[in-house]
Amino acid sequence: MSESQKTNGVLVRVERVEKVFHRGTESIHVLADLSLDVAAREFLALMGPSGSGKTTLLNLIGGLDRPTKGTVTVGGERVDRLSDRELAHWRARHVGFIFQLYNLMPVLNAEQNVELPLLLTHLSKAERKEHVQAALAVVGLRHRAKHYPRTLSGGEQQRVGIARGIVTDPTILLCDEPTGDLDRKAGDGILDLLQALNREHGKTVIMVTHDPHASRRAGRIVYLEKGQLSNEPLQ
Amino acid sequence: MKFAHLIWGNLKRKKLRTCLTLLSILVAFVLFGMLMAIKQALAGGVKLAGADRLIVRDKVSIIQFLPVSYKARMERIPGVSLAVHQTWFGGIYQDPKNFFMQTPVVPEEFLQMHTEYILPPAQKKAWLQTRTGAIVGRKSADRFHWKIGDKIPIKSSVFPKQDGSDVWTFDIVGIYDGRDKGTDTTPMLFRYDYFDEARSSWAKGQVGWYTIRVQDPAKAAEVAKRVDQEFENSSSETKTEPEGAFLQGWASQICNITLIVGSILGAVFFTMLLVSGNTMSQSVRERTGELGVQKAIGFTNAQIVSLVLAESCLLTVLGAVLGLGLAWMFASRGDPTGGLLPLFFLPIPDLFLGLGISLALGLVTGFFPALSAMRLRVADALRRM
Amino acid sequence: MAGPINWFLQIASIAKFGLLSIPRRRGAVLATVIGIAGVVTVLVGVLSISTGFKHAMTVSGSPDIAIVLRSGADSEMVSGLSHDETRVIADSPGVARSAQGPLSSPELFVIIDIPKRATGLDFNVPLRGVERAAFQVHDNVKLIRGRMFDWGKDEVIAGIGAAQEFAGLDVGSAIKVGRAVWPVVGIFAANGGVAESEIWTGATVLQETYHRGDSFQSVQAKLISPGAYEQFKDSLTSNPQLNVKVERQTEYYVERSETMTRLITTLGFLIAFLMAIGAVFGALNTMYSAVSSRTREIGTLRALGFGAGAVIVALMIESLVLALVGGAIGGSLAYFAFNGFHTSTMNFQSFSQVAFAFRVTPQLLIRGIIWAATIGLIGGLFPALRAARLPIAAALREM
Repeated sequence: MSESQKTNGVLVRVERVEKVFHRGTESIHVLADLSLDVAAREFLALMGPSGSGKTTLLNLIGGLDRPTKGTVTVGGERVDRLSDRELAHWRARHVGFIFQLYNLMPVLNAEQNVELPLLLTHLSKAERKEHVQAALAVVGLRHRAKHYPRTLSGGEQQRVGIARGIVTDPTILLCDEPTGDLDRKAGDGILDLLQALNREHGKTVIMVTHDPHASRRAGRIVYLEKGQLSNEPLQ
Repeated sequence: MKFAHLIWGNLKRKKLRTCLTLLSILVAFVLFGMLMAIKQALAGGVKLAGADRLIVRDKVSIIQFLPVSYKARMERIPGVSLAVHQTWFGGIYQDPKNFFMQTPVVPEEFLQMHTEYILPPAQKKAWLQTRTGAIVGRKSADRFHWKIGDKIPIKSSVFPKQDGSDVWTFDIVGIYDGRDKGTDTTPMLFRYDYFDEARSSWAKGQVGWYTIRVQDPAKAAEVAKRVDQEFENSSSETKTEPEGAFLQGWASQICNITLIVGSILGAVFFTMLLVSGNTMSQSVRERTGELGVQKAIGFTNAQIVSLVLAESCLLTVLGAVLGLGLAWMFASRGDPTGGLLPLFFLPIPDLFLGLGISLALGLVTGFFPALSAMRLRVADALRRM
Repeated sequence: MAGPINWFLQIASIAKFGLLSIPRRRGAVLATVIGIAGVVTVLVGVLSISTGFKHAMTVSGSPDIAIVLRSGADSEMVSGLSHDETRVIADSPGVARSAQGPLSSPELFVIIDIPKRATGLDFNVPLRGVERAAFQVHDNVKLIRGRMFDWGKDEVIAGIGAAQEFAGLDVGSAIKVGRAVWPVVGIFAANGGVAESEIWTGATVLQETYHRGDSFQSVQAKLISPGAYEQFKDSLTSNPQLNVKVERQTEYYVERSETMTRLITTLGFLIAFLMAIGAVFGALNTMYSAVSSRTREIGTLRALGFGAGAVIVALMIESLVLALVGGAIGGSLAYFAFNGFHTSTMNFQSFSQVAFAFRVTPQLLIRGIIWAATIGLIGGLFPALRAARLPIAAALREM
């Protein structure tokens, strides 16, 4: 266990988790007997070759999928036991997602995209506007609030994605290859942002990446290969 | 309503496709509106029939005449308050295609019976003073550009005059309007005394049919029976029925318009369902990734389904509103057949029916796309994006 | 620009790719085909009403039969001819003669209330009073069931069209005429003509029942030849004893059905036109989406050297093929559903029912196919133009 884990307490506990996918008659064991603890305020990087199950693990932690066996506990809540509806509500309150391909709605402008998670709350229009402005300020894009995704650069689109991910003030940020589609400079900007969110705003960040340059920004790196975790990279 | 720009934005996604679908829906509802107007024109008179009026005609056939002397006998029957007669004149004004009804009547009592005709008192007075006078309804007056004071020659295909000619000349002394929207203001009414005197001996003293008013509409059936009994052994036996039933009989003789309209609309809306349904399916399929993101963010299945249905309903209802509006404008211009369907308009209840149908269609077209959006597994959706 | 054969090959390959991609876009393709089929079905169906009605009204018209009515009457029903007048007409030049005498048939035409089989509501059915000569003049009338009515007896025979539509017109049943009940003793056919919507009886009994004395309403006379018409007509109209109007039977039938035919045709076209417009939008929708889903494919072909013109033609062919398939389906559906469907309607001008059958004629089907093709071509044109004009580089970048 790392220093931060000892001091802050465990936020995410994944215990002996197995995930099997069925493709026709084939069964694919993506994760097998996997356990992982993530402390609050940690910045964890999940690395591994493609097909190793990184995204699957992330999805399990984020309540986007359920394990075939084993348990997933986040913030004391047994996420694997919640119903679909409960999961939706839970995600809305506790999790911010940041995807590789930004996944912004092309039909909405930047601030409307950021506002999206807030539509699920009972906040008034004025309150929502406040939160959106705050989130955009954090990522430095207040001046581009009315722009549509097609007029934003790759880096800017990802920032909007991050703004959307933090607008509800979630406990945990799950990032799936956030810099995968960006050039070095833009990618660095994003990683700076994620680090700032972790250090200054206290967000727990779990980042899936295959880029060692990105993973070096994290506090801890774990490696996933053939469904198994280890603390050392495989050669 | 906070989701409004999300729903609207999705429709703007492929503007051309949305527009074309909207136009298809619009056309379907123009057709709906026109068919409702046609149905109304062919069968709508029934609703306006007087509840206190019965039609008395010759039992053997409508084309047979009844003696004018029957009037007095009918008014003596308990329950009958007034009896007036009409006769099919079969007149032509200039061209047989200018089809409209003319009938000789006894002015004072006819207007008493048919309170749906509104005639200014001064004009009524003129009519009572002019033997050859005739009043004509607003629709026909406008159509033929007739004014008060005009002398109108009408050629009767049924009644030649005593002198052998079949051209009758009338003086327009009044133009009447209809009390209700559906009142037919095409007929021309002239005086029976002039008619009976000037016509050839062939059918003198005979009239086409009678309209009688009953004191108590609830007893209409009883009174009808009594009337027919009164004339059971006379030269002409009668058949008496409520005005509504009589008109219904005419309408259904032309065709079962409801069935025809229903079938056509069925075909049209079915096709429209396919078109809109296909558009919605495509639209949802293209958004798989976005839907995944929405679910990831925390939209529940119920919310996702509602958004999809709201989108499809918005499309169909908008199309319906525009289509019905166009149909309304077109129907307001009146009869498209030039005289055969005098009462041509789109009834308001049918407008609401149309809107209701559009909502139902929206729900149906959105159903399967909404279902597939709901069933989407987040992890798959995100991967596909 | 490559040579013509090359061009055709290009078109053929693009079209082939198009057809092969149909399974991928099943939904949209189905929507268009069914949409167009629907338009054609309705168009052909509604117009077959008008064709059938017209056919029934005119098919029995014979150019060598003349109809005489009272001058000024526009139909038999409002006409009136005295007994003497009918004799004068019978002896006029031009009238054919047989051993029994002139082929001149004085007739009465009234209407009677009979309930329809399907609904039970009363309908106005024509009742014609005839003399013996009628069967020689109307020589297409043939008894097919039962027997002929006895002259002087209260009996009737019914036309097969009327018998199908109206209750109580089977051999052995009876109709109510005023207070009396007259048995139906036979059913006749008349080659699909107007007479089949009528009920016939002897003129004398009808005159009694309807208080007509010895007068008639019309005379239908068979002429020596169609050419004798002018002579016949002139002799009647110049005769001071008579006040009549003369027409060929064919003209009379056409006139008599004009109003109704006009009504049905106008409404039919209005409906079909609106449906066609809707179908055009539907077709455009399909083709635009077809094109947009294959943007990269088309861009690739053009990058490889396929001409823009070939692309346009191929896409329009594709749209046309879909439309024709829809048209064929629609036409067949209309034929099987509607052709020969029996019904009746009221002819305004005679106030009485005309029984007729929907007719889906080859001309109607061809018209339906043409409409389908037009919809297909319009629906394919604009998307095709767009596909051809898209810059190739942009097309290749699309997903």
